Amino acid sequence: MLELAWLIPAAPLVGFGLILLFGRALGEPLAGWLGLSAAATSFAATVVVFLGLVAEEHSERFFVQTLFEWVPAGNFSVNAGLLVDPLSITMCLFITGVGTLIHLYSIGYMHGDPNFSKFFLYLNLFVASMLLLVLGDNMLMTFLGWEGVGACSYFLISFWFTDPANASAGKKAFVTNRIGDFGFMLAMFLVFSKVGSIQYADIIPWAVEHLGDPAIAGTATAIVLLLLVAAAGKSAQLPLYVWLPDAMAGPTPVSALIHAATMVTSGVYLLTRMNPVLAIADGWAVDTIAWVGALTALFAATVAVAQNDIKKVLAYSTVSQLGYLFLAVGIGAYVPAIFHMITHAFFKALLFLGSGSVIHGMNDEQDMRKMGGLAKLMPITSITFIIGWLAIAGVPPFAGFWSKDEILLYAWNDNKALWAIGLVTALLTAFYMTRQVILTFFGRTRFYDATAEEINAAFDNRLVSASGVTTEAEEALAAAHASVEKAAGDVEKKTAAVEVSATKLNDAKEALALVSADDDSHAKLTKALEKAEKGVPKASENLAKAQSTVAEANASVDSAEEALAAAKSSYRALAAKRSTLPMPDTHVTAVSAAPKLGDLAGEMPASYVERQEYHPHESPWTMTVPLVALSGAAIVGGALNLPFTKDLHFLQHWLETSLFGNEAKLAVATSTKWGLAVVAIVCALAAIAGAFHVYMRGKVDPRTIEKTPFARAWYVDETYAKIAGGPGHKGFDFAALFDRSVIDGAVNGVASAVRSIGSSLRSLQTGYVRNSALGIVVGSAAVVLWFLSRLWQS
Amino acid sequence: MMISSLFAVEAAEAVSFPLLPSLIFIPLLTALIIGLLPAHRDDYSRITALAGSAITGAVSVYMLAKFVVDDGGFQFVSERSWIADLGISFSLGVDGISLFLVVMTGILFPLGLLATSAHHDAKAYHIWVMILMAGSMGVFMSLDLLMFFMFFEIVLVPMYFLIGGWGHGNRVYAALKFFLYTMAGSALMMVGILVVVFLTARNTGGALTFDIRDLAEAQALTTNQARAVLATFALAFAVKVPLFPLHTWLPDAHTEAPTIGSVILAGVMLKLGTYGFLRFGLYLFPEASHDFAPIFLTLGVIGIVYGAIVATVQKDLKRLIAYSSIAHLGFIIIGLFALNSQGIQGAVMQMVNHGISTGALFILVGWIYERRHTREIAALSGLQKAAPLFAGVFTLVMLSSVGLPGLNGFVGEFLILLGAFQGDARWFAVVATTGVILAALYLLWAYQRVFHGTPEGENATMRDLSFSEFFSILPLLALIVGMGVYPKPVLDRIEPAVDELIVHIEANVNGFTEPEPEAPEQHDKREQLIEALHEAEEKAEAKAAAKGEGE
Repeated sequence: MLELAWLIPAAPLVGFGLILLFGRALGEPLAGWLGLSAAATSFAATVVVFLGLVAEEHSERFFVQTLFEWVPAGNFSVNAGLLVDPLSITMCLFITGVGTLIHLYSIGYMHGDPNFSKFFLYLNLFVASMLLLVLGDNMLMTFLGWEGVGACSYFLISFWFTDPANASAGKKAFVTNRIGDFGFMLAMFLVFSKVGSIQYADIIPWAVEHLGDPAIAGTATAIVLLLLVAAAGKSAQLPLYVWLPDAMAGPTPVSALIHAATMVTSGVYLLTRMNPVLAIADGWAVDTIAWVGALTALFAATVAVAQNDIKKVLAYSTVSQLGYLFLAVGIGAYVPAIFHMITHAFFKALLFLGSGSVIHGMNDEQDMRKMGGLAKLMPITSITFIIGWLAIAGVPPFAGFWSKDEILLYAWNDNKALWAIGLVTALLTAFYMTRQVILTFFGRTRFYDATAEEINAAFDNRLVSASGVTTEAEEALAAAHASVEKAAGDVEKKTAAVEVSATKLNDAKEALALVSADDDSHAKLTKALEKAEKGVPKASENLAKAQSTVAEANASVDSAEEALAAAKSSYRALAAKRSTLPMPDTHVTAVSAAPKLGDLAGEMPASYVERQEYHPHESPWTMTVPLVALSGAAIVGGALNLPFTKDLHFLQHWLETSLFGNEAKLAVATSTKWGLAVVAIVCALAAIAGAFHVYMRGKVDPRTIEKTPFARAWYVDETYAKIAGGPGHKGFDFAALFDRSVIDGAVNGVASAVRSIGSSLRSLQTGYVRNSALGIVVGSAAVVLWFLSRLWQS
Repeated sequence: MMISSLFAVEAAEAVSFPLLPSLIFIPLLTALIIGLLPAHRDDYSRITALAGSAITGAVSVYMLAKFVVDDGGFQFVSERSWIADLGISFSLGVDGISLFLVVMTGILFPLGLLATSAHHDAKAYHIWVMILMAGSMGVFMSLDLLMFFMFFEIVLVPMYFLIGGWGHGNRVYAALKFFLYTMAGSALMMVGILVVVFLTARNTGGALTFDIRDLAEAQALTTNQARAVLATFALAFAVKVPLFPLHTWLPDAHTEAPTIGSVILAGVMLKLGTYGFLRFGLYLFPEASHDFAPIFLTLGVIGIVYGAIVATVQKDLKRLIAYSSIAHLGFIIIGLFALNSQGIQGAVMQMVNHGISTGALFILVGWIYERRHTREIAALSGLQKAAPLFAGVFTLVMLSSVGLPGLNGFVGEFLILLGAFQGDARWFAVVATTGVILAALYLLWAYQRVFHGTPEGENATMRDLSFSEFFSILPLLALIVGMGVYPKPVLDRIEPAVDELIVHIEANVNGFTEPEPEAPEQHDKREQLIEALHEAEEKAEAKAAAKGEGE
C-alpha cells in the first residue's frame, strides 16, 4: 500500500498534463471534472497510503520511495524521492481532501469564465506541487514544490490579468516570496556543508546525534534563522506578509485553497519537518520564531478589525492565524501547530468559500457595508459560514476551540507574555469575525441601499436643475425691468401728448375769441375747438393707461425678484445639504436605517436602478456541497486530538514518530488547564457579545473601534511602497545612468581619443571602419588559406 | 528508465567517420554552396542553410549519443599535424565540458534560422550565418591554442557583418563597437599564447607545441610568468563574457543585432569567454587561476547584482535581456571559480541553459518586433489577451531564466551557488544568491507590463504564434523542461571531465583540495530514520531520568 505513494503527486500532475493538451477542447465543465477527478484520485491514493502507514509499527512509520536520481554532482546527490511519514501523510490528507472539495466548488464558481480550463490547469499543477513540497524526501524536492506552488500562486493571483491591480498583486507575491527563497537556498547550502547531504533521512540522524552539542549549535542557529526567513515569506509573517492581503485579487477558490488552507502553511511544515535541527539550535533562535509568530498574530488581528472588504478580513485573519502556528512551533508545540493547521484549513477554507459564495450571489460585490441580512437570502451559505465563525472564534465544541486552546496552553507553559498575546489575539479574532458575520448576514439588507456616490450623483442632478430655475428667474427679472423701462418711456410720451393737446385747446379758444361768430372762419375754429376739447381727455386717458402699465411692470419686477431669491435660496439649501450629506456606506451599522431618498428617488443613477433589479441568491450545489462538507469538518475536527484523556490524543500519538522527541513537555496542573480553557471561552464569548453590542445593537459608534492605523495596516505596506517607488527606484535609475554615462562613456571616450589620434594618420587609411573590417577579413582569410596549404603539404 | 537508456552507451564505439571535422566543414561547405546559388532566389539559400545547419546539428546529436559517459578525457579526437616545425596541429576533441556546448551550437543554429528570416540579401546573410556556425564549432573543439585563437577571432567577422548588415537602427555603431572592443580585448592574448608556447618549450627543453593537453601537463611556467600570461587571456575572456566593467558592448550589440545575431551572441559567443576561462584558464594555469579567483569572483558578483539592477529599469526588451545575460554569466563565473565539482558542473550546465533560455527569449522578442515593430516596453501591453499561446511560451522561458526548480535554469544556478558556498567563495555565494530575487523582479515586472493589462490599439490584435513558429521553438521548450526534470544524463557526462580538471588543479596548486563536504555514510534511508527516532527517544529518556535524579 505504501508503494502507491508516487501516485499521490502523480495524479494531479497527469491531470495537469491532460488539461494542458486537451483542456481547450474539453472546455466547460469537462475540464473541471477532469481536474476534480485527478485531485480525487490523489485523495484516494493518500488514504490508501495512510492506511498502509497505520499498519506499520508506531516507531517505524517511515517509508522512502526513490523515483530517480535527480541532481547528482560530485558528493552532492539528491533524488526525486518521497518521504512518507505521519507528518507528510497528514499534510497530504488535508491538502487532497480540501483540494478536491475546492475543485468541485470551482466548477460552480468559475462558470462562464472564458479561461475556465486554464484555471483547472493551474489548480492541478498547484496540488501536485504542494504534494511534492510535503512529500519530498529532501530539501531540494521541498524547494521544488515550494517554488512550484509559488509559481501557481502567481499565475492564479493574476488570473484575471487585464486588471493591472491583479497583475501587480501576482508579481508582488512572487517577488516577496523570493526573498524568503533566498533564505531557503542558503539554508540548503549550509546544511549540505555540514551534513554532506540535504536528505531529511541524513539531516535528522545528524541533528539527533548532535543533540546538546554546543559545537554545532551556532550552525544550527544559522540554519534555523535562514529557514525562518523562508517560512516567513511563504507563510506571510512579519515583515514579509504584505503579499498575502493583495493576493486576494485572485479568484476566491484560490484564496481558499492556496492562500488559506495549504500553501501558506508550508513554512510551518518546513519548520516542523526540521524539528531536530530546531532542537539543537540556540534557544533564542526558536524564541525568535515564537515572537515573530506572536507579533504577527496580534498585528494582523488588529488590522482585520477595520477592514470592509469581506476577503481582506479573512486575509488578515489568515496572517494572524499563521502567526499562531509560528508561535506554536517556536515553543516546541508541534502537535498543536499541526492540529491548528488542520482545523484552520477546514474552517478558513470554509469561510473563504462562504465569502466566495456571497460574492458570487451578490454580483461580485465584496464590500461588507453593502451586504447585511443575507441569512434569509443565502441559507446554506450563511449557516455554514456561521459554523466557520464559531470554529475560528474559539467557541466549544467547534474545531478551532480545541486546537487554539492547545496552543494557548503550551504558550502558558512556556512564557506568560506569549500566552497573553495569544489570548488578546483570540479575543480580537472572535470580535472581528463576529463583526463580519453581522455585517454580512444579519441586520438590514443594505444591498439595495443607495451608496454615497449614487446619492451624490442624484443630488448633482438636482443642483443642476435648481441652478436652471435660478437662471430662469434671473431672465424673467431682466425682462420685467425692460418692460418697466418701456412703460416709463410711454408715460413720458403720453404726458407730452397731454400738454400738446392742452396747448392746442388754449390756442383754439384764443383764436375763437378773436373772430366774430358770423365770420367764415368761426365755424372752422369752433370745429377745431371741439376737436381740441375732445383731444384733452383722450390724452389724459392715454396717460392714465401708460401710468398703470408702469405700475404693472413694477409689480412684475418685484415678483421676478422674489422668484429669483427663492430659487437662489433653494439652490443654497441643496448645496448645503450636498456638502453635509451623510455618506451611507462609510459607517453603517447593521441597525442603521437606509438613507432617505425622498424626492431624489427619480433621479438615481443607472447603477442604482440596475441593482434594484438584481436579487442576491444562493449558489449552485457544486458550491454548497463543499461548504456543507467543510462545515462538518469544522464542527467535529476537534475530535482529532481531544485533551480529556491520553487515549484521545490521537494526533499527538500519531505525529510522535515525526517529532523525534522534540515536542515540548507540559508541566501544567489539570486545574490550571481547566482554568485556562474557561478564561479562553469567557474571552471569546465576551468578544462576541461586544461585537453584537457594537454592530447588531448599534450602541457604540464603530468609528471609535475601527481606527485609521488599523484600517491602513499600520502603514507597513505603504511604507514599503514608498521606499521601493522612491529611493529604490531612483537608485536603480542611477545605476542605469551610471552605466550609460560613466562606464560606456569611458569606452566611447577612449574610442574618440583613438579616432583623433588616428585622423593624423588618415593618409594611410580611408577612415571607414567597414574597410578596415574588410581588411581583417581578407587578412584572416589569407592566414587560413596559408594554414590550409600547409595542412595539405604535411 | 527509458530516458537514460536513450543515452546509455556502454563502451567506446569506433566512429569511422571524421565526426568533429565534419561539424566544421559541413557548415563551411554549405556556405560555399549558398555562394554558388543564384542571387535572386532567396528561398534556395534559406533552405540550403537550414539543411546544412540541421545536418550539422544532427551530427552533433549523433556525437552526443556516441559519447562515452564515464570517460573524462577528450573523445573523438581528430589530429592532423599541420605546421610540424612549430608544433601546430589541426586537432579537435570533445570532452564533457565542451560536449554540450557543441551540441547546443548544433541545435541553436538550425532553430534560430527556422525561427527567423533574412528580410534582404538572403544569400549573403546565410553565408555569414554558416561561417559563424563553423567558427563557433571550431572554438569549442580546438585542442590547439593557435587554432583556438583563430576560431576565436574568426567568429567576430560574420557577427560583425550580420549586425552591421541586417541589424536595427544604430547597427553600424553597435557592430563597430562589438568588433573593436572584442578585438582589442584579445589583441594581447596572441602574445600570451606565443609566450606560453615558447616558454614551455624553453623551460622543459622539449619541442614547441600548441597542444593544450601537452601545455597543461607540462605546467612549465613560473608563477609570475603564468600569472602574466593568464592576465592576457583573462582580458580577452572577460570582454567576451562580459565581465563588469567591460560589458557595454553587449547591450548595444544585442539590441541592434538581427534576431539570429542576438540568439547566437547570447547562446554561443558569450560562452567563448566562460569556456575560455575554464579550458584555457583553469586547465592551463591552475595555480594562477586559483590565485586570481577572488578577482573573478568579485567581478562575477558585481555582474550579477549590477546587471540585474540595470536590467530592471531598461525600456527596451532586448536591452533588458542583454543586461540579464550579464547577470547570468556572472553566475557562471562564480561557479567556475568555486573550484569544486558542484560549482564547475553547474557552470558548464548553466552555459548551456543560458544559451537555450536566452536564445528562446530573443527569438520570442524578435517575433514581437516583427508583429508590432517595436520592442519598447511602454508601447506594449496586454499581449496575453490577444496571444495567449505566445504568452504561455514566454512565461515558460521566462521562468527558466528566473531559475524555477523543475526547469533547466534552476539546476545550473543551484549547483553553482551550492558549490560556491562550500569553499572560500562562501560570501560571494551569499551575495550572488540575492540575484535570484532580482531576476524575478526584472523579468516578472517586464512580463507584467508587456503581457498583462488591457491591450489597446495594435496590441489588441497581435497575432498569436503560428503553427510553424510554435514548432520551431518547441525543441527549446522541451529542453527547458527535460533538463530541469531529468538533468542526470547531462550532469553524468559533464562530471568525469570536471573531476579530471579538479584533480589536475589539486595536483598543481599547492595546498589546494577541492572544497567539498563528505557525504554521510549511506544506509537504508528508512533504517536511518528509525534508528534516529530510537536514539532521540533514548536521549530524551536519559535527560528525563537525569532531571528526575537532580530533583
